[in-house]
Amino acid sequence: MNTRKTFRMDGRTIPFEDGQSIIDAALAAGEYIPHLCHNPEFTPHGSCRVCTVDVDGRMVSACTQPAAEGQQVVNNSDPVNHYRRRLLQMLFVEGNHVCPGCEKSGACQLQAVAYYTGMLAPHFTHFFPRREVDASHPDTVIDFNRCILCELCVRASRDVDGKNVFSISGRGIQSRLIINSNTGRLGDSDYDRADKAASVCPVGAILPKHQGYEVPIGERLYDQRPISVVGDVAQAKQGDNGDG
Amino acid sequence: MTDRLETAANPEGLNRVVIEPLTRVEGHGKVTLLQDDDHHIHQVRLHIAEFRGFEKFIQGRPYWELPVLVQRLCGICPVSHHLAAAKATDALVGCEALTPTAEKIRRLMHYGQVLQSHALHFFHLSSPDLLFGFDDDIAHRNIFGVIEDYPEIARQGVLLRKFGQEVIRVTAGKRIHGTGAIPGGVNKPVSGEERDYLLADVRQMIEWGQQAVELTRRIFMESPDYHREFAGFDSNMLSLVAQDGAFELYHGGLRALDENGATLFDHADCQDYDRLLHEEVRSWSYMKFPFIVKAGQRDGWYRVGPLARVNNADYFPTPLAEQEAQSFRELDAGRPVQASLAYHWARMIELLYCAEAIGILLEDDDISGTELVRRGEMQHRGVGVIEAPRGTLFHHYEINDDGLVEKANLIVSTTHNNQAMNEAIRQVANRYLDGKELNEGLLNHIEVAIRAYDPCLSCATHALGKMPLEVRLVSSGGELVDRLVKSPAGEVAHGS
Ligand code: SF4
Repeated sequence: MNTRKTFRMDGRTIPFEDGQSIIDAALAAGEYIPHLCHNPEFTPHGSCRVCTVDVDGRMVSACTQPAAEGQQVVNNSDPVNHYRRRLLQMLFVEGNHVCPGCEKSGACQLQAVAYYTGMLAPHFTHFFPRREVDASHPDTVIDFNRCILCELCVRASRDVDGKNVFSISGRGIQSRLIINSNTGRLGDSDYDRADKAASVCPVGAILPKHQGYEVPIGERLYDQRPISVVGDVAQAKQGDNGDG
Repeated sequence: MTDRLETAANPEGLNRVVIEPLTRVEGHGKVTLLQDDDHHIHQVRLHIAEFRGFEKFIQGRPYWELPVLVQRLCGICPVSHHLAAAKATDALVGCEALTPTAEKIRRLMHYGQVLQSHALHFFHLSSPDLLFGFDDDIAHRNIFGVIEDYPEIARQGVLLRKFGQEVIRVTAGKRIHGTGAIPGGVNKPVSGEERDYLLADVRQMIEWGQQAVELTRRIFMESPDYHREFAGFDSNMLSLVAQDGAFELYHGGLRALDENGATLFDHADCQDYDRLLHEEVRSWSYMKFPFIVKAGQRDGWYRVGPLARVNNADYFPTPLAEQEAQSFRELDAGRPVQASLAYHWARMIELLYCAEAIGILLEDDDISGTELVRRGEMQHRGVGVIEAPRGTLFHHYEINDDGLVEKANLIVSTTHNNQAMNEAIRQVANRYLDGKELNEGLLNHIEVAIRAYDPCLSCATHALGKMPLEVRLVSSGGELVDRLVKSPAGEVAHGS
């Protein structure tokens, strides 16, 4: 008997398993919901709110909201995308994002989601915070200017690497990424470039050292096709290389 | 020398004329003239509010970002900054010699850049002055006038520039602000398809290059004495040369010759640039005044760019450019040519050279090679030098153990020519403006002298004919006597 539960999203019927979040069910069905702090490999975090959708008239984050039978979800609409753009604009002005000089450009989720949602300008006044670059580790550089506090490195180091190298300190607008070592520098922590935490940063905050533009412009993940097609939605759709 | 015009003995009570902004030059600059009530000129200065914040901005940044980051310094010749920074980072990563593929691709990119920049400068910015005369009606003395009267010349200018930009796109990934050069090499080879695409046009470009040289030569020789004297003065010349003394744009030793062609230094290592050249600060200008240490602060100033390069080179490695350079050298019977207006002629010889050199490189299989990067032991100090379209360009970086920039120093081409441009406008003011009531045509003489150097003050020249210009004549009592305004549409009107 086929009794799979379903909800409706933008006119499509999406099946889900009990306990699955809206975003995971949508990704599995090949439907992209913009997101930054969510990574299907990790427990949901719900901090960036970029995955906000309208569920039966309420704005909720799709990564923390369990899917339920018969829900009416609005994902790709003007009002929802407008709200997302505002969130993205705040992320851009809170840090220092100089995309033209950033090694992550073209492979950066923040940039790609901004393109996807049609963000054209930062809208808000830039904070221009003074933040450091930590290049004390021989293999990895941390550019705090680009950190969006998604906590993926925190989660990866804690849950996968079992190291707790990263943490968030402070509250509200004072929140910042810190490193668990005597000096507060990465080079003095037990971080290793083989750690899961080394490869989960969705932006250009954690990057390998000594590498700048070895992959030419035009050959990066989001250069050719939008994140809605080639991001984790492509992996979630097993056997489908993102052509759908 | 017109030293006396740098600073008026008694500036109080003189009328001040300001040409601001300068048109058909890259960036924002102004000229001030001090005149007495009989229109005699007592002081002439070129002021440039050059943006030097970049050296501060990149402090603390990782060195591997530099080639891509610092090219944003300028939208006019980003490739030059991209390559000078890449060369400095080559030194930082201990790359002593690039792979043949990397070196040839970078050369290709650079020649594309010089070709397009020279085409733009001559055809769009300077040809109106040269074809129509310095005091031709301003409504006609612009690129639109050239398009109307000499459509073929205008067309060639556009297509030469486009070709250069295509060479850049193929090698750097983008026409502006590409990423081709990386520390120790390049990030991609040229494909067979790309090579064929560029090769299809190269013969035509060489032919147009020859015609452009011929045009500038002919214009100069129509009144050689006038063109020699206009903003003409003796100076030292600085440029790169190849190991055998050949003309060189991408990599070589530094050569400085005095006004008679005697050697001040030769094949000097660019890593020592700061021992060979010092920079003087003067209270009235944001732009420093560099000088050759050996020749002293007073006499050590020099010129860079096409004139210096063509003078300094023993020969050109490509046949057609060499042929043209020979006739150039004959102008002053082997003595270095000193005329500011000969810059245009030298510039077109370089354009021809670039077209020929691009043709040769495109036939070279190395550009499709796969060995792209070489690195050695990390170093703390790296200096990169390149002959940018406008002259020698130095990038100097010092990094800490973590690879972050601690210190940066850039000497851009226009800065080298600072004293020379001041000298040029003083000559012109002295000879053509002194004792006269000023009008637009006379003031354009000043701009013609500056334009010969193709200064990149940063961003204005490309808005040809669109730059608003205002000249105010203020009496000794501070009263506005006259005001000339050029509107964005190019109309000039007296106003009060
Ligand atoms: S992290 Fe992303 S958004 Fe930020 S500067 Fe880099 S490319 Fe741009």
